Amino acid sequence: MTEVLQLLIYGIVLGSIITLGAVGLSLIYGIVRFANFAHGDMMTAGAYFAFFFVVTLELPMFVGFPLAMAGGALLAVALDRVLFRRLRRTSPVVLLISSFGVALMLRAAIQLVWGPSVQVYEAGIEFPIRFLGLGIKPDQLHILGGSVVIVVALHLFLQRSRTGKAMRAMSDNVALARVSGIDTERVILWTWVIGAALTAAAGVFLAIDTQLHPVMGWRLLLPVFAAAILGGIGKPYGALAGGMVIGIAQEMSTLVISPGYKPAIAFAIMVVMLILRPAGLLGARR
Amino acid sequence: MSLLEVHGLRAGYDGVDILHGVDFRVAEGEIVAIIGPNGAGKSTAMKALAGLVAVGAGRIVFEGEDITGLRTDHITRRGIGYVPQEENVFPSLTVRENLEMGAYIAKDDPGPRIAAVFELFPPLEEKARRPVRELSGGLRQMVAIGRALMLEPRLLLLDEPTAGLSPRFVGEIFERIRSVNARGVAVLMVEQNAKKALALADRGYVLAMGANRYEDTGAGLLANREVARMFLGG
Repeated sequence: MTEVLQLLIYGIVLGSIITLGAVGLSLIYGIVRFANFAHGDMMTAGAYFAFFFVVTLELPMFVGFPLAMAGGALLAVALDRVLFRRLRRTSPVVLLISSFGVALMLRAAIQLVWGPSVQVYEAGIEFPIRFLGLGIKPDQLHILGGSVVIVVALHLFLQRSRTGKAMRAMSDNVALARVSGIDTERVILWTWVIGAALTAAAGVFLAIDTQLHPVMGWRLLLPVFAAAILGGIGKPYGALAGGMVIGIAQEMSTLVISPGYKPAIAFAIMVVMLILRPAGLLGARR
Repeated sequence: MSLLEVHGLRAGYDGVDILHGVDFRVAEGEIVAIIGPNGAGKSTAMKALAGLVAVGAGRIVFEGEDITGLRTDHITRRGIGYVPQEENVFPSLTVRENLEMGAYIAKDDPGPRIAAVFELFPPLEEKARRPVRELSGGLRQMVAIGRALMLEPRLLLLDEPTAGLSPRFVGEIFERIRSVNARGVAVLMVEQNAKKALALADRGYVLAMGANRYEDTGAGLLANREVARMFLGG
């Protein structure tokens, strides 16, 4: 029983990392209208930006973390201006493949700058806090707390702010948003900023939970996609639930199968979901 | 002076013209109806005016300025409100948020504008916080028209405003269009309910095969035997 609860805790930690990635992916899919395969490597970039601020510049993490989110946002805006915006009038397949290319370029650039080996923000072993036979590391508590704060902030932004409402409107109906006079290009820019900041945060959390490596984000891309699809891709609130389901399912699966198959669990859930409820956990789009 | 003048409009999809050079105009404060059989190009004309379909040739002049080929959001900013026939609301947004989106570019407090829309469409007020997907067709149509009125346009384009509505709502929507018009907003509408539309309209145009066929006052077209026989079902 303890073992199950312990895995549940790990699952929630992993779930909150996947959730941040999936919410970003879903926002971008719903508004910019393409499946961004560079999402995993944008996550990696965010983690390495934090490495630059925290390790190279020796800034404290609470300063380096928001700076890394800002760096991730800036990177995404630059990619959009230079590349994606020019391709938006072509077909979604062209965008998808070009995002695949961006993923490879980002990964190569990261290896070039920071090298191919494993790195950490802080060396040393962290001892878990023990409670009723269960353990959780302070870092994991930070990840959970940070994720909750970010998700609540996103919720308030989407529900209360003008730009947030325009993002929801665009994900409902782009043509009508234009007819309403909304400058859709501007809203797309904001979507990149917010989606990429969330993704960078997910990358930093992943690096805190495990370690930095140039393929860390790429490896998480499948679970992130699975979570977004589970939630009904394009719907950020669905991705929230999807991320948790995938995270917990992946950790729980180690009870019965080898941990090496964890990503297969995400894939299996995604496939079953696409067959049973293609519109996602939260049902039909309209 | 005419509020809107359209000269020799050609437009269509993927290089195939649906409209082969049509002309029409709307004067200040007028209600103008465009009727005609399916495939006549009525909706295409509306989309071209709203900037959603590329204009192949011809000129669209609004308030004396050429707006041919302008971007949709720029046309909206000039004072033309457009209500598409389908998918004309944001289903996951609440009634109030739908209206707010209509005035997105006006950076003032949307409160007074929303209050003005609720005055025209009282049933919307009690549903203000409900997502539009939960509303009936008639109420949705009111949201759609209300959204287009939020920027206080001088011309309202309505594409089949009563399509798919129950008879009870058809009358109600026509009644609301009359009250919108009474506030000085000119209306150009495309309608399948041709008789009702012509009864409401000051003037009307009959389009067929992407070209002008008849043009007269609403009453004149209703009284025209040939129009009645060919386009109004006898």
